[in-house]
Amino acid sequence: MRTTPRRAVGALVLATAAATVLAACGSDSDKGKDAAGTGSSGGGSKTVTLVSHDSFAASKSVLAQFTKETGYTVKVLRGGDAGAAVNQAILTKDHPRGDVFFGVDNTLLSRALDNGLFTRYTAKDLAQVPADVQLDAAKHRVTPIDSGDVCVNYDRAYFTSHHLAPPQTFADLVKPAYKNLLVTENVSTSSPGLAFLLGSAATYGDAGWQGYWKQLKSNGVEVVDSWEQAYNDRFSGSSAGKQAKGDRPLVVSYASSPPAEVVGVTPEPARSPVGVSTGTCFRQIEFAGLLHGAKNTAGGQALIDFMLSRTFQQDMPLQMYVDPVRQDAVEPPVFVKYGAKIAHPTTLAPGKIAAERDSWVGAWNSIVLK
Amino acid sequence: MAYDRGTGKLPGSGRPGTPRGTAAGRRAGVRAALAVLPLLFFGAFFAYPVAAIVTRGLHQGGRWRFGRFADVLGDAGIRHVLWFTCWQAAASTALTLLVALPGAYAFARLDFPGRRLLRAIVTVPFVLPTVVAGSAFLALLGRGGFTDSLFGLRLDTSAWAILIAHVFFNYAVVVRTVGGVWAQLDPAQEEAARMLGAGRFAAWRRVTLPAIAPSVAAAALMVFLFTFTSFGTIQILGGPRYSTLEVEIYRQTAEVFDLPTAAVLTLLQFAAVLAILALHAWTVRRRESALRLVDPALTAHRPRGAAERTLLGGVLAVIGVLIVLPLGVLVTRSFDTPGGYGLAFYRALGSTDGGTFSVAPWQTLWNSLRFAAVATVIALTVGGLAATVLVRRAGRLVRGFDALLMLPLGTSAVTIGFGFLIALDRAPLDLRDSWLLVPLAQALVGAPFVVRVMLPVLRAVDERLREAAAVLGASPWRVWREVELPLVSRAVAIAAGFAFAVSLGEFGATVFIARPDDPTLPVAVARLLGRAGPLNYGQAMALSTVLMVVCAASLLLLEALRTNGSGEL
Repeated sequence: MRTTPRRAVGALVLATAAATVLAACGSDSDKGKDAAGTGSSGGGSKTVTLVSHDSFAASKSVLAQFTKETGYTVKVLRGGDAGAAVNQAILTKDHPRGDVFFGVDNTLLSRALDNGLFTRYTAKDLAQVPADVQLDAAKHRVTPIDSGDVCVNYDRAYFTSHHLAPPQTFADLVKPAYKNLLVTENVSTSSPGLAFLLGSAATYGDAGWQGYWKQLKSNGVEVVDSWEQAYNDRFSGSSAGKQAKGDRPLVVSYASSPPAEVVGVTPEPARSPVGVSTGTCFRQIEFAGLLHGAKNTAGGQALIDFMLSRTFQQDMPLQMYVDPVRQDAVEPPVFVKYGAKIAHPTTLAPGKIAAERDSWVGAWNSIVLK
Repeated sequence: MAYDRGTGKLPGSGRPGTPRGTAAGRRAGVRAALAVLPLLFFGAFFAYPVAAIVTRGLHQGGRWRFGRFADVLGDAGIRHVLWFTCWQAAASTALTLLVALPGAYAFARLDFPGRRLLRAIVTVPFVLPTVVAGSAFLALLGRGGFTDSLFGLRLDTSAWAILIAHVFFNYAVVVRTVGGVWAQLDPAQEEAARMLGAGRFAAWRRVTLPAIAPSVAAAALMVFLFTFTSFGTIQILGGPRYSTLEVEIYRQTAEVFDLPTAAVLTLLQFAAVLAILALHAWTVRRRESALRLVDPALTAHRPRGAAERTLLGGVLAVIGVLIVLPLGVLVTRSFDTPGGYGLAFYRALGSTDGGTFSVAPWQTLWNSLRFAAVATVIALTVGGLAATVLVRRAGRLVRGFDALLMLPLGTSAVTIGFGFLIALDRAPLDLRDSWLLVPLAQALVGAPFVVRVMLPVLRAVDERLREAAAVLGASPWRVWREVELPLVSRAVAIAAGFAFAVSLGEFGATVFIARPDDPTLPVAVARLLGRAGPLNYGQAMALSTVLMVVCAASLLLLEALRTNGSGEL
């Protein structure tokens, strides 16, 4: 009876002590970052804070180069997927968490702009960016940074072994030859799912897209809730899908999925196991903007300029699997060799998307899920 | 001994020379003081943030929009979601109890090789990111899986898949909560009843059942809350046709950005959770009894007779098919590289080349351990204090406090995450940029476990022991240290294990708290799974395997810490 409480107390004390030490480590490293970031040069902060979604990524060396060029250190805050991150930014717009927001795409752009999230800034190298991706060219509240195409991907092996040509267009997908082959995502919970719906709406128009989806449904389209499930579990062409015994050779994914299937595979295969149906693509453009009420305006402007620089633009493809918007950016060899170039993706104006999204999602739900 | 249980006032319990009234007053004062910290914690990190986000939804343009209730409740789609949420949770809870109670008995009373390791392993699904565990589960029980190829039994995109997956995820809740109490029941009591002529079943029903009932109810309550607010499982295994209130709150907040509807749904979920808690209080109030707690090592025995061997065999078979095999699939995938079986994915965890992170993926394990350790200490402190307050029988106010502590389990992660963001942004609670935000959010989910696990045991501690010590002149602190702590040290270890496991695996709230870039392991797994390519997927599997091993190892360690002392109980 004597030793028991002491041991129990001892264990508790030990755990508390350990946690305190761990906590101290944490706060120390934070302090370290602050000390490095907050210089004393004339009161202006030397830290610039980038708020983004969970998919944001950049090489350490590239961010270090930004610090070397400008003296600013980047602190990145990420929270959830693109939709959640935009909504968080809107919720905190009176007291923003950072200086620059990156990751609002054309499907959400109107929501962000209508809420007055950003202030004007004309980025330095904007001339290098094609006009068709500059969706706020009149006011320059946001700057295009990257683009990516949501397209149907196909399992090359399946179509070779079945002596069947892979589908290339929206119209192909409803043909009997491709019955029960496609898996797509729920438009309410998945951004590629929504993009695919928008692509069909852009192709068939306000009057025609619902009829198209009725045909897709009777042609056996399968719907799952997320891209992860569609691509990693159901799709037979991805390496994860093979392990998971996926049996759908067509999936709504990205034009950058084929190079991604090759990265890290040795020896490098002659071509990617995944192909792209180039006539089924919808273009997503991601923007960065200077947050209204940013504390470090100068740093934020420098960061936006840097995100349009060739250094950052050429780093993006292998970091975020997106295409640079800069015309003179050179893509990595793996993208050139295995990637698909989409000549004529579909797209819709952000205002149109904002106006129609809810009613389209509702209509889609009752056509496809009910 | 005549004393008033209502206030815990015992005649003559004051120190010599101290008026009785003052002693009682002091005890009430101590109780109030103990309640301060938990109240502050839940007030600042739960009530305030959630109230802030709900108010943001319902108070717009300078006036309250209560009309939204009618709109939302009038929606047939929402009513269908409510109905599905309720029945699947009820069915999942019933099925989990049915499958896991024999397991709880086997782990508590039967001594078999590998018992501790297995008890740690069954807890692993509970901490794994749902998308990972769900995928492994599907590979085994879904199309083309083990049961499909053997028996033609496919469990994907059906309500059955959801129910069985809920058993998979919550098995440990029952085994650990109920088993913890069961293992410490003195078998002599049941044997005495049988010697006095009661049949085997009657003895069990009259002696053992009342003793474990509060913990069964506690486990059922937690399983119900978890399945009621199920998110990932429904999405992965149910497909888009099935939706719970939790999924709907997420969709309305994070995707549609319809905060008024989200606020109404959040309040609906609160109402449901409070109703469940009221029901729970009503069923268990009369069943609590002082138990004779004994050393678990003395109650377990080698399986005797055909019945016990069959039971153990059945329990092991269920665990094997339902839990060990799916986890095995996961481990296999982590070694299955494009170039054949090997360690390539594990090696890649050490590199920063992949691009998903600015740090090497394995470092997220360190983040997770650090956060989980801090969260466990917070949860144990807050939950332990709360349980100590709640154990003294008291009025309605204290019971309300009990309910308050359970609410976070019934609250959507996105509501808490977004609430943190808009509420904790001004001094003195300017925590938006603090690393502490993550362990705080995790402790919010861990603390109710601590309360639930400790309360039945604390209540079972014989009141007379405390009082005897007090009569003999021990200070309240000394009574707690010398009488209660030794008796509850096992519950503390179990509670700590739960809090640690919950924190290690917590994903929802963590992902919605935009924070300086130190992702936890589950967040890292989600990021890796969100990218195409064998390397990313393989790293996600390897990282999940690491999480699995670390979780099992920490639970084993916690149990080892506990057993050092309890042998002398």
